Amino acid sequence: MTALGLYTFAGAGLFALGFWAVAVRAHLVWKVFAINIMGSGVFLILLSTPARGDPAQADPVPQAMVLTGIVVAVAATAVALGMALRVVARTGRPFLPEEGDLETRE
Amino acid sequence: MTSALLGWEALPLAVVLTSFVPGVGIMFLREEQRALRTTFNLTGAVAKVILVGFMLRGVALGFTYEWHFEVLPGLELSLVGDALALLFVSLSAGLWLVTTLYAIGYLEGSPNRTRFFSFFSLCVTATTGLAMAGDLFTFVLFYEALTWTTYPLVVHRGSEAAIAAGRRYLIYTLTAGAVLVVGAVWFHVEVGTVSFTAGGVVDAAAADADPGRYLLLFGLLLAGMGVKAALFPVHGWLPVAMAAPAPVSALLHAVAVVKAGAFGVVRLLHSLFGIEVAGTLGASGVVAALAGFTIVYGSVRALGQDDLKRLLAFSTVSQLSYIALGVAILTPMAQAGGLVHLVHQGIMKITLFFCAGVLAETLEVKKVSEMGGVARRMPITMLAFSVAALGMIGLPPLPGFLSKLYLGIGALEAGAGWVVPVLLASSLLNAAYFLPVIRTAYLDDRTTSWVDQGRDGWLEADWRLILPVVSTAVFVLLVGLLGGLSWSPLGWVQLIVAREVL
Amino acid sequence: MTGGDIWSVLLVLAPTLGALVALQGGGWAIRIGLALGAAVSALGSVALWVSVAQEGVLRYALGGWGAPLGIELRIDGFSVAMLAMTALVGGAVSLYSTGYFRDLLPQSSDEVPHGERGARYFAPLWLLLWGALNGVYLSGDLFNLYVTLEVMGLAAAAVVTLAVTSEATVAGMRYLMVSLVGSMLFLLGVALLYANYGVLALESLQAAGPSGGLPVLALALMTVGLAAKTALFPLHGWLPSAHAVAPAPGSAILSALVVKGSFYIVVRLWVDLYGGGSRGGVVFLGVMGGAAVLWGSLMCLRQVSLKRLIAYSTVAQLGYLFVMFPLLFPAGGVANTDAWAGGIYHALSHAVAKSAMFLAAGSMTVAVAKDAIPAISGTAHRLPMSFLAFGLGGLGLAGIPPSGGFIAKWLLLRSAVETGQWLWAVLLAVGGLLTVAYVLMVLRYALERTEPSEGFQPVPRRMEWAALGLALISVLLGTRAVEVIALIQLGGPGG
Repeated sequence: MTALGLYTFAGAGLFALGFWAVAVRAHLVWKVFAINIMGSGVFLILLSTPARGDPAQADPVPQAMVLTGIVVAVAATAVALGMALRVVARTGRPFLPEEGDLETRE
Repeated sequence: MTSALLGWEALPLAVVLTSFVPGVGIMFLREEQRALRTTFNLTGAVAKVILVGFMLRGVALGFTYEWHFEVLPGLELSLVGDALALLFVSLSAGLWLVTTLYAIGYLEGSPNRTRFFSFFSLCVTATTGLAMAGDLFTFVLFYEALTWTTYPLVVHRGSEAAIAAGRRYLIYTLTAGAVLVVGAVWFHVEVGTVSFTAGGVVDAAAADADPGRYLLLFGLLLAGMGVKAALFPVHGWLPVAMAAPAPVSALLHAVAVVKAGAFGVVRLLHSLFGIEVAGTLGASGVVAALAGFTIVYGSVRALGQDDLKRLLAFSTVSQLSYIALGVAILTPMAQAGGLVHLVHQGIMKITLFFCAGVLAETLEVKKVSEMGGVARRMPITMLAFSVAALGMIGLPPLPGFLSKLYLGIGALEAGAGWVVPVLLASSLLNAAYFLPVIRTAYLDDRTTSWVDQGRDGWLEADWRLILPVVSTAVFVLLVGLLGGLSWSPLGWVQLIVAREVL
Repeated sequence: MTGGDIWSVLLVLAPTLGALVALQGGGWAIRIGLALGAAVSALGSVALWVSVAQEGVLRYALGGWGAPLGIELRIDGFSVAMLAMTALVGGAVSLYSTGYFRDLLPQSSDEVPHGERGARYFAPLWLLLWGALNGVYLSGDLFNLYVTLEVMGLAAAAVVTLAVTSEATVAGMRYLMVSLVGSMLFLLGVALLYANYGVLALESLQAAGPSGGLPVLALALMTVGLAAKTALFPLHGWLPSAHAVAPAPGSAILSALVVKGSFYIVVRLWVDLYGGGSRGGVVFLGVMGGAAVLWGSLMCLRQVSLKRLIAYSTVAQLGYLFVMFPLLFPAGGVANTDAWAGGIYHALSHAVAKSAMFLAAGSMTVAVAKDAIPAISGTAHRLPMSFLAFGLGGLGLAGIPPSGGFIAKWLLLRSAVETGQWLWAVLLAVGGLLTVAYVLMVLRYALERTEPSEGFQPVPRRMEWAALGLALISVLLGTRAVEVIALIQLGGPGG
């Protein structure tokens, strides 16, 4: 397996791992981390894309995308952690209540 | 000035706006701005009658008024003032004027009048719009609008019964509306046009090639129209809707809603399928059979009703089907008989409902069994009631007689002999439920204590209630007596038949 | 040159700049920021409308760097229609918000929990969101779509949490999680497509005609991610709470505009990029949409809270948008233009009608300081304009003429009949009736004669006018559709 292929599979694996964790883990910080891991998986896949044109030169477009993606991910993580703190402040627990609890109607 | 108005293409739009503008205007008035509200109401109603008068004159002279506005690529809002449209428009415009006056008197001092009169005007707007609809798209537009504008009127009292009636009304009419929309869209795709054209737009060859498909299409559209027209299996909302105030009943039964349905059936047969295609498809036979059954069924149900308005409601179910029956029979005489009943039933039934309202408002008499001796306390009202009831039964020379005469002769010409016994049975049943009411009112002694609201000077009740009653009763007499003149409803209908059917 | 390039840049820049201004706090800073965003959005939409009408599809390379390296904007009729819709609804919501967040809100009441935080941060967040939305509609490449989508999602989640209750915080957090995971799925799809074709521009990808294993997997991933953000059944669970607990102007934005942003990308993918994908795919989308229509409507009928009812109605109405797909791409046939016009027209008229309803409901709940439906009894007399706005908006949703919803329903029905897909015609008819049922459930209470209980708060006039204005426009959309339909068809399928 080439190095690029390894990256691709590792990326897909990370994405799946993150997806599994965000679905299964209840703790909000876990969820936020899991989403970041999903992001890292995508970045790996992007970086492993075969270069357009000359194979000897690195393709600048995926690198630009990954850089931008990291910026976006940092911002999103900050917002998510901030909101997680607020959830703790309001409900006293770092978890999202079950859907049934939210459905309660006056 | 006069000739300019006569030739004004947008006259149909102006007629629609004469009730739309007051309707919207009143919505923004405060409850206590009574004088302004009344001014709005009466100005609009009078203006409508005047403009309709111009249109009648113009159409008699051979003008056709058309106004178009493109809504979607290839679909227009089109208002057309032709002879058939004007039959319905002049009926609703005339009766709206008297009903407005009546409603002002009837609702004196009761709450939510601003809302009432606003929707009252909008309801008439929808009615005139659908009467002058130049195509099925426009018709559907106003037909649905009519449902919505009538609902607040039906639930006006806010009582349990009114809410239940409104609920029933909406379930029936909205379902019908949904079916009608699907039918209309299908018609558009299938036929390629939705324009109302004398003689129909359905291609006879195409209908012959796939009669099942076209019958289903006809059935969808008929189901959509039939609910408002209170045809037999789907008439159930009408008797319940009597919980509404009397002016609204008048509107439902004579001016707007049921008429819209019946008129829709007329358009369906005349202007979309064409009576010949409908005949070969067997569709008009279905309509005739349904209508014939509804005529007898409604009359039978009216027998023995003690609640006066409920009795009148079942009578409407029966009488209304004369219109559908007439247009479903392919001879000019029957067509004329059916069409003219649109007007005849309207003025007779509105008189009856006005009278029922006067009795309820002045004496709180709502049941036939409480009517013993009311004729002595309210002679004018009961006289009007009797004239209209006898007209319904078909006593010559009252309007009901003319309708039945034309229908019967037309049916015999068409070889539909079964119609004559239906008409006779209906007349006997009419007599069987109306005559006891009249007899009780005139001959029986007073049995219950009325809650008498008192007289209005020398008049037996508020003049705003009595004047409409008297004027519609006089109409009934005149329309019957002068049926032979060219400008009577019957004369006008013969003009329609001459122009559109032959 | 009609200056379309300048306007398209300003459409993103001005609201973002407005957000910075509004962040300075204070009534005037907020007003100037909102005015800036609203004015530029309105003018820009008109300018782009004119340009597109004259020149057809517009393409601008930002800073002179075209694809594949730079960011390219691509604007067709569909984009302009969405931009104009956003400008219209956004303008009215901005006006409304200046009244809503005035000092009229009781600070301590549990029922209306929007205190100072809302007043301070609503405008900046909304303007940021506005810029991102405009960016979505202008983007010509997938990665730019991802970035704008993410900004939109972050700002939208924050809007939900402006209310200080625990319910709002939890709903906002849940929304944020769904939104972020959705974005990741989308981004993974983008990466797979790039790996396969080496391009990101929508038009280049369209020309490549994506097909085969990986591109289809990419489409599936992106669609699931976007469907979660659009709250397509059965991924709608987060929406009712999130849209119901947000402050009223926020609810209006979320229900009318934000979900349309992700829907827009779904349309771009399925219609432009994949040319309808497979028949099985579009039918699947349609079935999910149909289930949303029925389920959402039935849930509406069970609600006691006014805003939750309107939120569930969004779930149902979004279903119609997905019903468009099987109608648009009938079996073995060519794209049906009626379905396209009807589906997009529904998106537009739903935005206008739904925002009118949320704004009107906001006025009513502020007035009685309660959100339960029976509590609004008698508000028809006290707030006739809001009541009228709610009613007219409801008619628009139910597709009762004359309203934009009716035109949309007519067109969708026509496409169902034209392509012989009768089941969808029945669904459209039944869905309309259910809509009527839940709209009436509310109107009935408002029409009741009982006088409202004490504690009736006056509502600033501009709030009532904003709602009524939108409601009237939703009606006007039903009386004249020719120009808008012509715009939607510009560059659309089969057009």
